[in-house]
This record gives sequence, C-alpha cells and structure tokens, in this order.
Amino acid sequence: MAHDDNSGKEVAAPVSSAADKYEGPSTGTAVIASDAFTDPGFPPHRERMTDLDPKADKRAERQVFTLFYLSIAGSIFAIASYIGFPIESGATGDLRLSTLTLGVGIALALLGLGLGAVHWSKALMMNEEGIDERHPIRGTEATRDRAVEIFKQANEESGIGRRTVIRNTLIGALVAFPLPAVVLFRGLGPMNVNPVESLSSTMWKKGMRLTLDPSGLPVKAADVTLGSAFHIIPEGINDFHDKLERKAKAAVLLMRLDPKDLNPSPGREGWAYDGIVAYSKICTHVGCPVALYEQQTHHLLCPCHQSTFDVENECKVVFGPAARALPQLPITVDSDGYLVAQSDFNEPVGPSFWERS
Amino acid sequence: MTNLLTKDEAPAATTTPTKGSRFTAAASNYIEDRTSISGAVKEFGRKIFPDHWSFMLGEVSLYSFVIIFLTGSFLTFFYQASMATVIYDGSYVPLKGLEMSTAMSSSLHISFDLRGGLLIRQIHHWAALVFVAAIGLHMLRIYFTGAFRKPRELNWVIGFVLFILAMAEGFTGYSLPDDLLSGNGLRIIEGMVQGIPFVGTWISFLVFGGDFPGTAIVGRLYTLHILLLPAIIVALIAMHLVFVIVHKHTQFSGPGKTENNVVGAPILPMFAAKAGGFFFIVFGIIVLMASFFTINPIWNYGPYDPSPVSAGTQPDWYIGFADGALRLMPPGLEVVLFNHTYSFNILIPLVVLGLFILVVLIYPFIEAWITGDKREHHLLDRPRNVPTRTAIGAAGVTFYASLWAAASSDIVATHFQLSIEGVIHTVQATTILGPIAAYLITKRVCIALMKKDREIALHGYESGRIVRLPGGEYIEVHQPVDEYERWKLVNFTDNKPLMIRPNAKGQITGLQKVRVGMSKWFFEDRISPVTTKELEHGDHH
Repeated sequence: MAHDDNSGKEVAAPVSSAADKYEGPSTGTAVIASDAFTDPGFPPHRERMTDLDPKADKRAERQVFTLFYLSIAGSIFAIASYIGFPIESGATGDLRLSTLTLGVGIALALLGLGLGAVHWSKALMMNEEGIDERHPIRGTEATRDRAVEIFKQANEESGIGRRTVIRNTLIGALVAFPLPAVVLFRGLGPMNVNPVESLSSTMWKKGMRLTLDPSGLPVKAADVTLGSAFHIIPEGINDFHDKLERKAKAAVLLMRLDPKDLNPSPGREGWAYDGIVAYSKICTHVGCPVALYEQQTHHLLCPCHQSTFDVENECKVVFGPAARALPQLPITVDSDGYLVAQSDFNEPVGPSFWERS
Repeated sequence: MTNLLTKDEAPAATTTPTKGSRFTAAASNYIEDRTSISGAVKEFGRKIFPDHWSFMLGEVSLYSFVIIFLTGSFLTFFYQASMATVIYDGSYVPLKGLEMSTAMSSSLHISFDLRGGLLIRQIHHWAALVFVAAIGLHMLRIYFTGAFRKPRELNWVIGFVLFILAMAEGFTGYSLPDDLLSGNGLRIIEGMVQGIPFVGTWISFLVFGGDFPGTAIVGRLYTLHILLLPAIIVALIAMHLVFVIVHKHTQFSGPGKTENNVVGAPILPMFAAKAGGFFFIVFGIIVLMASFFTINPIWNYGPYDPSPVSAGTQPDWYIGFADGALRLMPPGLEVVLFNHTYSFNILIPLVVLGLFILVVLIYPFIEAWITGDKREHHLLDRPRNVPTRTAIGAAGVTFYASLWAAASSDIVATHFQLSIEGVIHTVQATTILGPIAAYLITKRVCIALMKKDREIALHGYESGRIVRLPGGEYIEVHQPVDEYERWKLVNFTDNKPLMIRPNAKGQITGLQKVRVGMSKWFFEDRISPVTTKELEHGDHH
C-alpha cells in the first residue's frame, strides 16, 4: 500500500468508541475524534396505515388492482384508436387526433402498470428494513496470493519476461497491425481532390449572371431598388448534380445602398455597381448563412452566433465571434442590363482553415 | 443444487399443489437443470438496495435509454439514411414537389404517413432529451454527495464517458432527418473542425467525404448512431451496473447505517416492484410528453439547403453549452502567422471546454490526492459537510449554465426586447464572475448550515415556547433532539489541513507544497462535528 505522508502523529489514533476501530488503509487528513458520538443503532420501526388497519390494507389492494385494470383499458384504447383514427386523409387534424389518442392510451397502459406496482410495493409489501454486510472490495489475501501465483506461473511457462526479443517484437507487431486500418480511412474522401484547392475557389467567374435563389432567374440592376436585398446563386447552378456543395460556397447576398453610404477601400471602388454590392452569404465564423439584413443600419446578422457585418464598410465585423469581413463579389452589368460577376471572389469564402493565408 | 431440488420437491409431496404451482415448479426445474439459475437467485434475489429519492436519477437515465432503444429500433424500419435526391410526394402539402434527400423524405413519411409514426418519433426525441438530462442530474447527485470516492472512482469515469457518448448519440440522431436546422448544425461542426490547426481541413474533408455537405454524412452518422455508439453505450452501461453490484449501493448516513452495512429493501420483491414500476412511470410520462408536445418539427424547417436559415436557430439543449461558448467569443480572435491561420475564436472554446471536461473527469482523483484518504467510503456526504467541494460544484454548474444561457442569447434578446450586444456582454461577465460568486456564496452557506447543525446538536431546536423567568427575563425553550436525529447531525468526516513536512530525504518537494496548498484551501474553514464532551459541557450551562 502506498504510504501517505500525512498519516503521522497529528492524526489522533483511533481510540475507544470512535466510529470504528480502524486498522485498514490510511485515513489521510481525516480527523478521528476520541470523544465522538456512537451510532445509536436503528430507530424503532414505524408501522404503516396498511399494517395497522385492515380496512386501509383492503383499500390499498383495491387501488392497486384498479390501476392494473386501467392499464389494460389503456392498451385496448390504444389499439382501438390506431384502427379508429386513420391519418390517410392527410389532414392535420386527423394526424393530431391519431397521435393524441394513441399516445394517451399507451401512456395510460404504462402509468397504470407503473403506479400500480409502486403503490403495491410501498403500501402492501413487507417493509421491514433488510441489512446486507459489506466486505472490502479487494479480494482476500489468499485469493490475491493465488492470482499473483498464476501470473508468475504464466510468466514462467511462456517466458515472456525472460525472452525479451519475443516480447518486444510482439509489442511492435501489435502496435503496427492497426496502422493499415488508419490508411484505409483515407478513402473517406475522394482521392483526386485537394480540400485546400476546393475550399479556395467557388463557381463564380467573369460574366456569370447573378440569379435569384432558388428560381435561377437573372436579376437586372434596375430591379434592385434602394434598400432591397436579394438572395443570389450563380447562373446555371441548378443544373449541377452537386448543386448543394456549389451553393454552400457560392451563395451571395445582394443589396442596394445609397452609393454615398459605401466606403470602398482603394482598389475596390469598381466592385460595386451604382450602390449595388454583392457579398458572400457564408459566415466567416463557422459557415452559417448570414441571412438577416437590417435595412436601417445596413448590418448583416448571422442567426447562428450573432456575428454582425457592416455593409457600409465592406462587411467588416462589428460584433460577434467572426474575425474576418465577408468576402465581396465584384459585380457589374452586361449588355442586357443583367448583373454579372467580374470574377470569382478574391479570397476563400466561409470559415477559416489552417492552410488559408 | 441438489439441496434446492429436494427442497422444491418436498412440499409437493406433503401439500396438495394447485395446477398452477405444479406448472411453475416444473418450469423452474426445467430451467434450473439447464442453467443453474438458482445460484443467481440466491446471490441477487435478496440483495439490499437503499432508498432515497435522489437514487432514482440513475434509474431514469437507464430507463430512458431502454425507451430510446425500443423506439429507435422501430424507426429504423422506416427511415432511409440516404442523401439521394427525391421529389417529395407525401401527405404534407406545403412541401409537396420539393427536392429533398431521401433521409428527409422518409422522416416526413414517418411523421405524416405512418400511423403512430409521429408519436414514436416524438417519444424517441423526448426520451433522448430526458436521457441526457437525467445523466447530468445523476452526475450532480454523485458529485455533491461524494459518491465518487473510493472505491467508485472508476465508475465515475465510466459514467462520465457515458455522458459524453449520450451527447454524441443525441447529436448524430438530431442530424439524421437532414432538415434545415440540423443541416446548419452540421455546417457549424464543419466550420469548427476546419478551425483546428494542422489537421482540421483534412478531417472535415474526410468526415464529409469531400466538399460540404456532400452525399455521405447522413449515412455515416447513421452507422455511428445505430451501431457503433449504442454498442459502446450498452457495454459501458453493463460495466457501470456490474460495478454498482460489486460495490453495493451507497447510502446516506443515519442511525444504524454504517460503512459496513447496506440498509434498505431486498430486490425480491420490494425493489423489483418499485424499480420495475418506476420504469413504466418514466415511460408513461415520456409518452404523455410526446402525445401533447411537438418536438423537432422538421416539416416547418424544410429540407437542408446551404443558403436559407431561420432566425432563432438553436441546438438541442445538451449541445447548448458548446454553442454558447462559440457565441461568447469577442470579435477579431484570428491570427495569420507564417501563412497559416489560427482561429482562436474556435480554439479557445474548444480548449476551455476540453479543460472543463477534463477537470470533471479527474475530480475524484484530485480530491483523493488532497485528502490522502485511502479508505472505502459507502456513506454519502451531506453537501453542506464538505463546503469546498460543494462550492466548486456550484461554480462549475454556474459556468455551465452561463454557457448554456449564451446559446439562447438571441431569443433572450428578442423575447425581453434587449439588445443582442447587451445580452452577450452580460453573459460574458457571468461566465467569468458568476462561478466566483457562486463559489463564495455556496461555501459561506454550507459553513453557516454546519454551524446551525452544531447549534441544534448542542442546544436542541427552537421550540417556539417563550417562558418568563421569575426575574422577568424571557427565554425561548430549546427542545433537545433525540439521539437518532443527533446522529445525523454529528456523523460526518472531518478533515484538517495537511501540515507541510519534509519527505524521507528531508526535502520539501514542489508537489508537496501544491498538495499542502490545496489541502489548506479545502479544509481551512472547517467546522468539526459535535463530540460527547462538548455536549456534556453544553449541558452544564
């Protein structure tokens, strides 16, 4: 046994009536007082009403079997309501009725059983306290000695302690054998795709029209009135079988502000068209869609973690856990007056990742 | 065994048995001859279980798991874990003709086109919410009563792992319908994983099988949800219960109850009837919840699409603390160093929650190291009698509750017409200051309660009877407590702070200094139990 460095002189020796005369493992910093109280033993047993009054006993018995009868009734009711309340009409009211009656029937069946059994046990079953002795969790000395002996014998017979090369190569082999399984998990992702490249670009490219989400109809600059906001996806995205993956990167919010309210930094003056700006809708925090636009303050709010972006100032973060501004999609109009992208985003959209710089 | 058989046959010869009892005896013999089950009945049939209302929390956890298992098995017969696109053509009119995954469409089928399907889905979801809650409360009961002390430290660890696995089960199940809300939850997971240095990008890529959302994740989560995680949980629950049997249940201290006995009801018949009945009560209450209260109305959210999102998104309650931790980070915590991005707005919550979880996991070992107490403890502590432990627990609960509240910051703001910034800043403050305040207040309250216990043990309780003495003085008569009541007040472990002392080599090690410091922190403000001498002295007043 480990020796505790405190179990020294300042801990009073267990004397006289104190708790129990203790000679087992260390008591640590516990104080064992010599004049502590002693256990008075069990208090006198208290009889229940059902023990004293035969009428109460009869009543409890009736209550118990009534509850069991109720339980049977509940089961029958549940089966009847399964048959009696169909949902095939598709009406919400029918579904509600079916769920409710079936549920209440099953609940009655369960509660009747449960309450009946508990009431039976508490009111009628013999309730004199039982006592079990506890024994230390560790085995007896003889058992422990025998266990040690068996291990020694196994060591002797196998020579695992002696034959060190066998032992060490065995350990090596055991460490090495799961490694192929680790390699196999590479197959969880496609072999020919590099995630860093994939995260770094979207399907936007020069001249691609901005279209409405989800209809895919193109948007004319003239349709975007001052103060309005549109949910935008790239032209033709609905034709791709992987449109959700593409959308998860390419979704855009389009807003028109008074051009005077916009404060583009040098080099970005030409990214907006007459006060119309397009920003990535994917939050730079953990990727939720930044879908809430506050028209008065020109703030974009992410409903997941409340990161707030200021559209007037290139969607810089004004509040919340996000660290980076929303990437801006440079836009212009084509010859037909439809809004188009000038290029892809100039930086990766969405949450930060390790390889991003 | 032969003894038992002859015993069984003996009464059959003397009294005339009914047909029923003859059948029971024959059936018992048949099984006994093939299983020797009498050994198990002899061993466990009259095993004693102590009784206290707080002991049922673990039972609620177990029973809700059984309910989850039953209803979940039913759901697997109808749910299809595929992200292949289909056009919805079920009974729910508002979504008719919409493109969605097979997973979503089969979840809608369960809800709208399968009789009782919605009920079973809701029982499954409600039971899952109750499951995690019951485990959490059960853990608090274990913590505050010191039931994690020797020999139960390992069972604490198993239970703790079960708590984490229960949350994992919850999250994987929550994601299966592939609806808009759960899809956004997965997106958040993807964003968080990407924030992990070195490996995040690749882990996310492998988990989702390429770009988010991909077509693999629902099937993979399904395998985890119905195969891997349940198998581990069942194995750990079995170990957890075996340990309960090996250790025998703890009991509160009281007259006649010692470290060397267990006082309570035998399994057969009392405990079996009570616990078995309680299973049906828990089941019944959860069915009632599922019948009357909608949970996770996926038909309102619609199928997953990376672009839309609804305001007021929230995870299931048990993920709230992690979501709240993300929300509490101030802006700008991201650094680019040597061409690599460090997302501290994600790493700080991950590390802080990781440390919090680690401290909870190893707490039994820390306390054992501080006290150096190597004895077995089967009598539970009243929380007040261990003020520092109770105060630490209160601080932990406050910390968790603050993070949890943060996950509802937007709903709190809109509901009470407050600014979102104000709510977040307030919760940021309570996350840091709240635990300190909770610690100090709880510790003082515990010590005050211990002083009151001493007072009652020494001088009795206030009887409310005012007496005027011949000299004109008024006093309130104190009624002494009986010896059984007194025993409850005085029977607890009293520790005193460790003295610093050199080891065998005559040195005082750094570790020793840490231990002495922690021991002082734990036990400096101690109130000792009343002793017989003190009581005699008190009587002479």
